[in-house]
Amino acid sequence: MTTTPYTSPIPVRRAHLGDAIASEWTKMRSLRSTLWTLGVMVVLVLGLGVLLAYAIGEASASPDAYEGGSVLTLGLLGMLLATVCVITLGVLTITSEFGTGMIRTTLTACPSRGRVLTAKAIVFFALVFVTTTLVSAFTAAAQCAVLGTTGGASAGQWIRVTVGVGLFMAFLGLLSLAVGALLRHSAGSITTMIGLVLLPYVLAIGLYTRELNDLRTALVEYSIPALLGTLYTGGPVGGMPMPSGWQPLWIIMGVTAVALAGAYTALDRRDA
Amino acid sequence: MIELEGLTKRFGTKTAVDRLSFTVRPGMVTGFLGPNGAGKSTTMRMMLDLDAPTSGTVRIDGRHYRELDEPLKYIGALLDAKALHGGRTAYHNLLCLAQSNRIPERRVGEVLDLVGLSAVARKKSKNFSMGMGQRLGIAAALLGDPRILMFDEPVNGLDPEGIHWIRNLMKHLATEGRTIFVSSHLMSEMALTADHLVVIGQGKLLADMSMADFIQRNSRSYVRLRTPQRELTRDVLASAGLTAVDAGDGALEIDGESTERIGELLAEHRVVLHELSAQRASLEEAFMQMTAGAVEYHAHDGAGPQWGADVKGA
Repeated sequence: MTTTPYTSPIPVRRAHLGDAIASEWTKMRSLRSTLWTLGVMVVLVLGLGVLLAYAIGEASASPDAYEGGSVLTLGLLGMLLATVCVITLGVLTITSEFGTGMIRTTLTACPSRGRVLTAKAIVFFALVFVTTTLVSAFTAAAQCAVLGTTGGASAGQWIRVTVGVGLFMAFLGLLSLAVGALLRHSAGSITTMIGLVLLPYVLAIGLYTRELNDLRTALVEYSIPALLGTLYTGGPVGGMPMPSGWQPLWIIMGVTAVALAGAYTALDRRDA
Repeated sequence: MIELEGLTKRFGTKTAVDRLSFTVRPGMVTGFLGPNGAGKSTTMRMMLDLDAPTSGTVRIDGRHYRELDEPLKYIGALLDAKALHGGRTAYHNLLCLAQSNRIPERRVGEVLDLVGLSAVARKKSKNFSMGMGQRLGIAAALLGDPRILMFDEPVNGLDPEGIHWIRNLMKHLATEGRTIFVSSHLMSEMALTADHLVVIGQGKLLADMSMADFIQRNSRSYVRLRTPQRELTRDVLASAGLTAVDAGDGALEIDGESTERIGELLAEHRVVLHELSAQRASLEEAFMQMTAGAVEYHAHDGAGPQWGADVKGA
């Protein structure tokens, strides 16, 4: 029996956030569910976008119908459905660790909760942003090609439906990740997020009296689908003083920041 | 070296771990023993900073767990074999851990080789048998070549070959000067591997001593004999101030005297013996006795509810 403590031949090099990011990237790419959810998203956005362009191109012969950049709004439908994929991936990124018990191994390897959550957030955000921006741009280009016109879309509009939508979807996913970190349960978190998307519409149906008109409109205009739609259309339909231009992005960023702050606190305080 | 000081964990009104203080020293295997629900796992989770203690501290080589930059190089832990993601391959499960601690990628192959899982490195770990899962968990613990190793119930679900393997591995790791801390609810298992023993029951420290001391203090030694002349033997022993207790299988048991003395005594009276041996009550019994008052989930004798008595109460 010796009393000299064991010393390992493996060199000790200080680990930092970069190492945590490398680790999270390995986790992300080594799960088949990542490929599936993102694959389904790409197929939905691109497939629906191109189909819609064909259908509309067949129906109306005159290219004047797409004036004012409205060609680009054809991507909205697919992107609305894609929110489900992004929400699922965002939630699973963290809840799958709680579900399998992997979180205990992860936190034993990296006891700084902040570093783990930051690394996860960065890897997830980057992946979703790049994927959505690319698929969005590709879909818009395909639609313009099918219809034979860009409908005079401005550079601003192009940036909003590519980078803007990419950022919006990435923040929506990040919000889901934060909710997953707070609830720690896959089904519960996904349901919560889908509820958040649909609830304003359900409430609006219920609040049908004339006195509640303003509240009803606000609920709908500030709902996630409407905010996403605003990025495509540039402003609310009917010209109301509701979010327009890039405002939807600032709104979702704010909400995500609050949820993420909650997730940091919860992860730090609660037992794993 | 791991030092626990007044470690306490309360869940609501229930105290799972109660002012636990002990030190786990390097160069030996320290067994952490207690019945199910004694607070072993909760203690180990607090040692790894997974659960925050209600009060008290744990120090790893003098530092708090969260102050370790590359914890895997200090301490490797097997908490439960399923604490990995089944959808990932064995290789990727280990790779993401290695990366988070800046451990070179080749080390992943080395530990997989060490635990004998090289052939299934690219297979999803959810399809692993219990024994393979346990080996993968041990590979994860060894990844950083740490000087402290913690194993929570490592022999659970292993076949005899696997149990033998892990016993030898733990002993070998201890001889290299590492600190080995291993929990179990099986005394017999500890008796074979541990040099030092920490026993807890209902979260309280019951014993903290070397294995040899524990055996010395807690096991009853007695003499067992078989003879066709039972009555004569009893009389002879009684005249020497000794009481023979019926063992139930026809043998007699005598406390507090050596085999030599009893053999000589009976030979003087020309008693025929078929067996005379020194016996030691099993450590399992000693452990059961020690923790008898501290077992959380007692099994009750008799089957099913007694009709009448229970129904009235309900």
